[in-house]
Amino acid sequence: MIAEAGLIALWLAAALAFLQFALCTIGLTKGQDQFFAAVRPVAIAQGVLVTVSFLLLVWLFIRSDMSVQLVVSNSVSMKPLIYKISGTWGNHEGSMLLWVAILGVAGAAIGVFERTLKLRTLVTTLAAQAFISIGFYAYLLIASNPFERSFPVPEDGQGLNPLLQDIGLALHPPTLYIGYVGLSIAFSFAVGAMINRDVGPDFAKAMRPWVLGAWVFLTLGITAGSYWAYYELGWGGWWFWDPVENASLMPWLAATALLHSVTVLATRDGLRAWTLMLAVVAFSMSMIGTFLVRSGVLTSVHAFAVDPERGSFILALLAIYIGGAMALFALRVGTVKEGSQFEPISREGSLVANNLLLSAILGIVFIGTLYPLVVEGFTGEMISVGAPYFNLATGPVALILVAIMAAGPLLRWRRDKAKALLNRISIPVFLTAAALFALVLFTTTMSVLSLLGLSLAAGIAVASFAPLWKRNLRRTPMHTYGMILAHFGVAVALVGMASESSFTEEKLVAATPGDEVTVNDWKVKLHAIEPMAGPNWTALEARVTAQYANGTNYEITPQNRMFPAAQTQTSEAALLTRWNGQLYVVLGDSDEQGRWQLRIWWKPFVTMIWLGGVLIALGGLLAMVGRLRRAVRQRKQREYAEEWI
Amino acid sequence: MKHLMVLFALLTAAPLVAQSALPASPYAHQQLADPNKEAEARALMDELRCLKCQSQSIADSNAPMAGDMRSQVRERIAAGETPEEVRSWLIERYGDWVSYNPQVNALTWPLWAAPLILLILAVWLARGRFRRRKDK
Repeated sequence: MIAEAGLIALWLAAALAFLQFALCTIGLTKGQDQFFAAVRPVAIAQGVLVTVSFLLLVWLFIRSDMSVQLVVSNSVSMKPLIYKISGTWGNHEGSMLLWVAILGVAGAAIGVFERTLKLRTLVTTLAAQAFISIGFYAYLLIASNPFERSFPVPEDGQGLNPLLQDIGLALHPPTLYIGYVGLSIAFSFAVGAMINRDVGPDFAKAMRPWVLGAWVFLTLGITAGSYWAYYELGWGGWWFWDPVENASLMPWLAATALLHSVTVLATRDGLRAWTLMLAVVAFSMSMIGTFLVRSGVLTSVHAFAVDPERGSFILALLAIYIGGAMALFALRVGTVKEGSQFEPISREGSLVANNLLLSAILGIVFIGTLYPLVVEGFTGEMISVGAPYFNLATGPVALILVAIMAAGPLLRWRRDKAKALLNRISIPVFLTAAALFALVLFTTTMSVLSLLGLSLAAGIAVASFAPLWKRNLRRTPMHTYGMILAHFGVAVALVGMASESSFTEEKLVAATPGDEVTVNDWKVKLHAIEPMAGPNWTALEARVTAQYANGTNYEITPQNRMFPAAQTQTSEAALLTRWNGQLYVVLGDSDEQGRWQLRIWWKPFVTMIWLGGVLIALGGLLAMVGRLRRAVRQRKQREYAEEWI
Repeated sequence: MKHLMVLFALLTAAPLVAQSALPASPYAHQQLADPNKEAEARALMDELRCLKCQSQSIADSNAPMAGDMRSQVRERIAAGETPEEVRSWLIERYGDWVSYNPQVNALTWPLWAAPLILLILAVWLARGRFRRRKDK
């Protein structure tokens, strides 16, 4: 019954999305303003129903209801509860239902919280949100029903991919999806503003917290995903430029650009058309990412061609939504006034540079990700585009971008002088030069990109705090602190990336118990290999001690896990975190002579990569909360003033 | 019978086995003694695709075939070949698919030109904006 209830809730939510769309469009076109009163409640009801549908699916997974096909193919009754729950979105149908649920909740959130947008723009926004929802409801109900029953009911399920049985997977996809789909709000806002010709500072101020919110989740999701890949896949890498990773990076790049251009629109009423464009592009990238990951097109163009129903469905949705929004943009861009003007050397000028460079990086990642697919589709030739291409093509652009990031907040709005800027930024520039000089002198292993990255990080770390110079710290607004924290986070992450790629030490050994290996400042000793048993796995566990140069001893236990239900093996790396880096030990197979493969890395300051990511997200959160508090305060002041007048 | 054959193989291969644990591809899990050559090999292995996996380099893969390829890369580098020679040899054998660093050729030049075109476009867009302001 639960499965049927879930399906009914999903159908009802889809019907409400239709109703929401109809109420909005009829109200708008026929001038029936009384319809608008119903729009908010319908949007909220739709959000509740689709959430109920998703929760019912979670319940089916918790109960291990093997009469449901999706549970059979992705779960097994012998599994910890947390992985039963996370198994709900560890598969195609479940993750699409989560996607749609977040879309519905986003629409409901607009209905509940949005108080500053003009009524007609708000109604159009909710119409756009409903229109997007309708397409994805149709996709779920027609092409990927998560509640399908299985006959006959099997004894037990086939289990979840062991790699995905990890706390990282429990948290990473929902976080990322909230970010992905949260961008739909910016998309709908842009559509609403374009149709009603309501593009200006007030609109930008209303949109900004939503963009910030989505961006924070996206940042956290990508950071978590990177760390999950780092420790769970057991190869010590944190970014592979894999198409799936790129699919999450592209919306982030667009959202980052949007977040900065929306500030120009809110503060200076400039970059109107550009902000609209970025809002459309950001969510388009989310949808393209979903298409890439969900259609199977990434495994091979041919895999997509063999089972094209789902892929073609999403592709059609993409064409409708992206094409429609772009067409609307093309129609309206002529009527969107340019907005206020500024000189090249000004805060706006630096934000334009930020936008253009982020867009260039986005373009490179987009082309690099899709190019192999296009080549294979047209010529049948298989090529690979990976880290060498992406690092070379995006690295230099990213370095220019972060250099501008350090200078931008120190520039005045509208117009400034280059000389004055140089004056303000002299200390960071000196620090960067000094760091570069020292690194060239004392290191030998660094690539040009890491060398420049690390030197720039030194300057940026200081420059990010420069906006506080000679300011009253208590009266500095919260969103300024948010910006400072986020920019500082970029410097921190940059240090981690440059250090990891330049100073990592690797040792591969075949060891018998009693052997000792020296890696950098560590003495790593293998003591024994012992069998272990977990709830749904068995493992071989290595007892290893690691002694740091100062004499401290640590015990670590890398494992090799066997999952009988899935007949697969995963290696659980042992990570030892110190303030100055991580020791990373992986247990491999044994050879004929009873020696065990050990892969040992010392990765100096690698944790700063994710620490930086978290700081960036925190900065975004601070900015969002600061903006919202200020908006509430201003509204109260206005109401108070109106009462007295 | 199979056991006997393995035993026989082990006995005859004894001197080799004494040096390395994995006779088929000795350098699959073993680094080169020369740190410079190992660094060269490692950098190349990071750029070679594991053909049996989904989106993994041979340096990061546990697949047996990746191990064989790692061993070949290390042996060839140790024998004095440059990383580019080893890469070309692998591309000849397995096709362009194997290298994450796409060669510049008739098929891939648009890919390599794209970043430059995008940057020129960005500069042009920025200049267009600012020049118009000055005219006014």
